[in-house]
Amino acid sequence: MRRLLLATACVLVTALPAFGQTLRVALRQDLDVMDPTMATTYVGRIVFAGLCDKLFDIDEKLSIVPQLATGYEWTNDRTLVLHLRSGVTFHNGEVFDAEAVKFSFERHLTMPASFRRSEINAIDQIVVVDPMTVRLVLKSPSGAFLAQLTDRSGMMYPPKATAAAGKDFALRPVCSGPFKFVERVPQDHVTLERFPDYWDAKNIHFDRVVYQVFPDSSVRLANLKAGTSDITEYVAPTDVAAVKTDPKLKLVVSDALGYGSISNNLDYGPRSNTPYGKNKLVRQAFDAAIDRAALVSVVFSDMYAPSVQPVSPSSPFADPALKPPARDVAKAKALLKQAGVTPPVKLELLTPNQPDILQAAEVIQSMAAEAGFDVRIQAMEFASSLQAQQRGDYEAYLLGWSGRADADGNTYQFLRSGQGNNFSRYSNPTVDRLLDEARGTTDLPKRQALYRQVWPELREDLPLTYLYNPRNIVAMSVKLNGFRAVPDGMIRIQGLEMAK
Amino acid sequence: MRGHLGTRIAQIIPTLLLVSVLVFCLQQLMPGDPALVMAGEERGDPQVLAQIRAELWLDRPLPVQYLHWMGNVLQGNLGFSWRIRQPVSELIFQKLPVTLQLGSMAFLIAVLIGVPAGIIAAVYRNRPLDYVANAIGLAGLSTPNFWLGIMLILLVSVQWGLLPPSGYVPLTEDWRQSLATTIMPAFVLGNAIAAILMRHTRSAMLTSLDQDYVRTARAKGLGEFIVVIRHALRNALIPVVTLGALELGTLFSGAVLTEQVFSIPGFGKMIVDAVFNRDYPVVQGVVLVTAFLYVMLNLVADVLYVVINPRLRGA
Amino acid sequence: MSTTTVAASPAVARQPVVPRSPSQLALRRFLHRPVAVAGLVVIVLFIGVAILAPVITPYDPVQTSWTAIRKAPSLAHWMGTDENGRDVLARVIYGARASLLAGVVAVLIAAGIGVPAGLLAGFSGGWVDSVLSRIVDAMLACPFLILAIALAAFLGPDLTNAMIAIGVSTAPRFMRVARAATLDAASNDYVEAARAIGNPGWRVAVRHVLPNIVPPIMVQGTLAIAAAIIAEASLSFLGLGQQPPAPSWGSMLNSAQRFLTQAPWLAVFPGLAIFLAVLSFNLVGDGLRDALDPRGR
Repeated sequence: MRRLLLATACVLVTALPAFGQTLRVALRQDLDVMDPTMATTYVGRIVFAGLCDKLFDIDEKLSIVPQLATGYEWTNDRTLVLHLRSGVTFHNGEVFDAEAVKFSFERHLTMPASFRRSEINAIDQIVVVDPMTVRLVLKSPSGAFLAQLTDRSGMMYPPKATAAAGKDFALRPVCSGPFKFVERVPQDHVTLERFPDYWDAKNIHFDRVVYQVFPDSSVRLANLKAGTSDITEYVAPTDVAAVKTDPKLKLVVSDALGYGSISNNLDYGPRSNTPYGKNKLVRQAFDAAIDRAALVSVVFSDMYAPSVQPVSPSSPFADPALKPPARDVAKAKALLKQAGVTPPVKLELLTPNQPDILQAAEVIQSMAAEAGFDVRIQAMEFASSLQAQQRGDYEAYLLGWSGRADADGNTYQFLRSGQGNNFSRYSNPTVDRLLDEARGTTDLPKRQALYRQVWPELREDLPLTYLYNPRNIVAMSVKLNGFRAVPDGMIRIQGLEMAK
Repeated sequence: MRGHLGTRIAQIIPTLLLVSVLVFCLQQLMPGDPALVMAGEERGDPQVLAQIRAELWLDRPLPVQYLHWMGNVLQGNLGFSWRIRQPVSELIFQKLPVTLQLGSMAFLIAVLIGVPAGIIAAVYRNRPLDYVANAIGLAGLSTPNFWLGIMLILLVSVQWGLLPPSGYVPLTEDWRQSLATTIMPAFVLGNAIAAILMRHTRSAMLTSLDQDYVRTARAKGLGEFIVVIRHALRNALIPVVTLGALELGTLFSGAVLTEQVFSIPGFGKMIVDAVFNRDYPVVQGVVLVTAFLYVMLNLVADVLYVVINPRLRGA
Repeated sequence: MSTTTVAASPAVARQPVVPRSPSQLALRRFLHRPVAVAGLVVIVLFIGVAILAPVITPYDPVQTSWTAIRKAPSLAHWMGTDENGRDVLARVIYGARASLLAGVVAVLIAAGIGVPAGLLAGFSGGWVDSVLSRIVDAMLACPFLILAIALAAFLGPDLTNAMIAIGVSTAPRFMRVARAATLDAASNDYVEAARAIGNPGWRVAVRHVLPNIVPPIMVQGTLAIAAAIIAEASLSFLGLGQQPPAPSWGSMLNSAQRFLTQAPWLAVFPGLAIFLAVLSFNLVGDGLRDALDPRGR
């Protein structure tokens, strides 16, 4: 008893010991499997940023820059030649070369549990030209292909170790990134330690990285304030004010790649047989009733950007001229009249039960009510809501998309008719043609022009009602220098440095 | 006695079997296809979904799935987590120390508060001190764990900056830090159980204070303190220990929301996350293990009951 | 309250010189416990507030106001406003409806399942008892909240389903109490006598045993309401209970979590309301237990 009291007293005095050159990164969620081929979570990518290098990276302006590949060229519209970096070794000492690239692509493509296949199944042939050169032949021209190599599909494995580990790779992942795996305690932390033979070692200024899992935003903030985390990948918008007033912390905000939207059921099963699903005028009325600026201000403390496009404002494919319209309740009512429906128009809004999304649903519900919509919020636990959408058991679903670097990743699978993720069952031949053409060329200005023709079509039909573009809100200790705000929200440890 | 113990042990197996069936059926009832959750943002590809279902036996009939799982369990294999592809037994061993540490600390706190409060309440029965002890005990029982946790974080960590708000440091790594990270959640958990222990102690003490041998002890002129501690308490401890062991059982699995609030990676948080991620092998494995612990503690309580209570030994 | 409530010891019931019935005695004992009476008063107050909610709240609990978001408590809004500019006091008052209803209904469901099952198990014994007892053991061995979460997720998130989920998960506790009380009562001479003279088993169970298990069930019931209110709050806290925009204390705490540092009042008041309500039920339950205990203290 006395001992316990004593111990407690000691604890109170020395609650926060100092760490060495360790970077502590707070994550908003626990990651899933630590195997780039099988992983699906966003936070998992943040850990991979320290563990696994990719062929290419993206920079602040979403341009594709070299990482494990030093360069590329399209020899024709279906053939991509990759030049590899020499002198790169994996954590286990294996040398990175063209064979490793071939092995890695094949693993991404053929492993039964692979989630990368759909990203790179454009690959027809992988040819090892010489140890430092690989030629990829695609089945058809693809404008979005290269961008896939900046994410998990571009992460490379050491052939021998990976083959030997088989399915257990995830228990001790081996890659070529600046840090190597030490341990993982699920739901708690992942620890990595410096890989001394990293090819870019001069830019690494930490001995260890610990990724801490703090699902609660207040807890994340509290740890940052207490100095038990050095950086967090995401601060809740409502906590931004608290970061700004803390002299020990600083904030870096950048446009994220995703969007928040309402997916509308246009033609998927009996639940689409509503005025809202069948008549675009009703959806336009709903759209007009929403005050995006107020929504973003109330729910996200003005940290997100009101939007009507599925791509980030920083994306070259965004149309800066297409701005969110002001709220117009009179117009909404007129549209409902024109559609021939009498208010109140009933609508069930499916919502995953995350508090911020729920609040957004409540705000939308209240706004739409003034235009004559009787919105019922159906909040479901996330897994259940996914299944409801998958089965077409929904009228409208409030859910975002984490986003991809290329516009294709934010549009094609949701909007092209016949695509698996097109749960709206949206089908518009013009949009289909534009999306196909944009996917089939690598010519940037041409793709830009094509996508900018898609956006007005979507505004008219509203298969998804886009609401806002999120931002990456990264907070860190003022002593931490060299952070690069790239729209993908990853924390690149290269260049990060803790001032003494 | 031996016969009774034999029956109790024999009952463990059907109980655990029922638990396994119950958990298996319950999660099948839940909406939300595990394949969809696993596929994440790739869920639009029917081929991907079909592959996952095939790999995880989700496309087989339910009894086949159950028998497949049960067969592995009987060979000591709890399967692997679908979400993070780690063996479930490894996950459990990783978290067992956390849960045991938190549980024992909470139990210790509960005993330190609950038993003295119960004795005081019994000795001063129906007097103000009784009501005060009772009300304080009940106050602990009446506070939602997660809310008390939130309030403590707000006050102790955010306002006063005394303790880390959350996270967990293993005892082996740094025992001070470890205690610092677990003292608040242990208090939150222990304080609810303290009330239960207090009630049991009080009523058991009241009963034993009325017994003849206690009256005799008093009549012999022994001091009230000695009477209370040596004679009354000893007997009163029987039900308290028994019921205490039961509460310890609920601690191992019942810390669900408290672990959530304090980000403590123990059993409770593991189960909830697994339920929400539809990571069935983890749910099944952890529930089975906690149920086993619970049942064993029940048994221990039963045995203790007999050991402490000499009058029952002959029975 | 049945007049034979305290007949567990028949000798007391038969004493002709005692002018009061056992239940009157119990009532007297209950009224002599000031804390229990205080608890009862608070419960009555809460029920009154819940019923009269539309009359006494100055604001509509779901009326949003974008110009008054997360305002600290003031004269106009005694408990401040929430993240959508709604009056927290009004929401706490309306939340009382959800929470109290959830507590009572869940316990009725639990008792409705548990008591007959316990009676059956205790009275028939043999394999029926064994099977029912193993089921109860198995359910009790599963973590309570996990059972409730799974059931609530299965039924779909709303308040009614949360009540059912809590009720079903609580039922084994009632079954245990009812079974033990039944065994206790069934060993009484007059029950054995009733059986011996050839009364059918079910009639003996209903007419002679059931009244005897009412007191422990009442105590268990009151305490279980307290636990059910917390359980409802927990489920709503996880987003499996009351659906927005309608308030319940647990769902208010759920949304308050995002604003702990900026707007602590959002978490403080619903939490206090839960605490007060649950404490009151516990106090009354405790008082009842002591009052109904024939040994009397």
